[in-house]
Amino acid sequence: MGEIMVRVYAPIARPTIGSVGKTGIWRSVKPVVNYDKCINCYLCWMYCPEGCINIIDDMVRIDYDYCKGCGICSNVCPVKAIEMVREE
Amino acid sequence: MSKKTILSGNHAAAYAVKLSRPDVISAYPITPQTSVIEKLSEFVENGELNARFIRVESEHSAMSAVLGAASVGARVYTATSSQGLLYMYEVCWWAAGARLPIVMGIITRAIAPPWSIWTDHNDILTLRDSGWIIMFAQDVQEVFDLTVQAFKIAEETSLPVAVGWDAFVVSHTVEPLEILSQEHVDRFLPKKKIGGHMLNFDDPFSLGNLTYPDDYMEFRYDIWKTQREALDIISNIYEEYSEISGRAYGGLLEDNMCDDADIILFMMGAASGDAIEAARLLREKGLKVGVCRLRVIRPFPAEEIAKKSERVKMIGVFDRDVSMGYSGVLATDIKSALKEYGVDVPVAEYIGGLGGRDLRVKDFLEIFEDMDKMARKGVKFSRKWIGLKEKYIGGAP
Repeated sequence: MGEIMVRVYAPIARPTIGSVGKTGIWRSVKPVVNYDKCINCYLCWMYCPEGCINIIDDMVRIDYDYCKGCGICSNVCPVKAIEMVREE
Repeated sequence: MSKKTILSGNHAAAYAVKLSRPDVISAYPITPQTSVIEKLSEFVENGELNARFIRVESEHSAMSAVLGAASVGARVYTATSSQGLLYMYEVCWWAAGARLPIVMGIITRAIAPPWSIWTDHNDILTLRDSGWIIMFAQDVQEVFDLTVQAFKIAEETSLPVAVGWDAFVVSHTVEPLEILSQEHVDRFLPKKKIGGHMLNFDDPFSLGNLTYPDDYMEFRYDIWKTQREALDIISNIYEEYSEISGRAYGGLLEDNMCDDADIILFMMGAASGDAIEAARLLREKGLKVGVCRLRVIRPFPAEEIAKKSERVKMIGVFDRDVSMGYSGVLATDIKSALKEYGVDVPVAEYIGGLGGRDLRVKDFLEIFEDMDKMARKGVKFSRKWIGLKEKYIGGAP
């Protein structure tokens, strides 16, 4: 193999958490889960485009450090258990 | 062993690609490139070539498809012309920036409007600053030879390589040539190795992410550095290939009677043949002229060009292309090479043959005689369009 192929400075990036900082500060509205209504269907977990909804002890937990507040989770929730609340 | 046969330039490219054993080919048809990929799809269809031929709806997709395949380590090929190249232009920069060894044939065709399907070199030269290695053939045999070498050059440098040849004059002209045997090509071009920056499932990463001002420049520097190193890499690969093929073109430049010449004309492409013939005729009359044909445009062989120009009375540059608002594209680079190496020689620029306007031996006889006249008068610089209809001549220099 050519030596350059080995040492080439190619534009690759490995996935890491928060490589551009805590994107939660971009948020203007914040999803808040009402656990009395939540039926644990995990649709919000599946749809979250940022992967910042985790399942901890069978419950969905939103990682507010990285949640940008897009509202997709609230939109897909079949029982309207996620409310978008304006950030103070 | 090698086989003598008769092929068009485009079919010669297709045979060269087949012998280079690509994994993936993707292309969209455009005149005058079409017969390259028609032949290749025929090879795939009849089982002669074990490759995936991806049919796409545009050149942008063709380059994207080979880019994707190359990014997981496949050996890939595509070909296009003119508007097709412009349509895939964005992805061409991705190919170079992502350091992917893609090989592309560019059958040079004038850019519209007005619509034209005939040759000039402005299309391939749009790649000049992109990071692609650019080579240019003169005839059918050289199309074959450069195409096989392009795969090795691409894989040694981890950069994409474009091989150019003139529309119709080379692409559709049938000439005798020698085709290497599969054993020869296999020995020259071993199975492709996977680079560390190529995607794989076991160690996932992403390619071409957002890069902040803190990091971007080093990626450009690495391409630039590899391009400069590629001058030697290409020369070595040419040498290795000529040992197998028995054909030597002289490396980055092809020297035709330049050794003792008073006047040298620099140019590239098929019309060089006419210029060489004109030079021969003039030598019979005692005029010491030579033709130096550029075979590699990027990386630019500045030192070699400057060396050839050191002891001559005048150099000429014939451009079958033009950089609007200035001079021919090759002329701008050649003049800067002369300055870089401190060569003070009068320069005569010629622009002509655009949109496939015929270039004949007679035209080059006139060019050489014009240069001889200027050299005697001590003219330091001139810029002329060749073959213009008379009523359009005049105006700005």
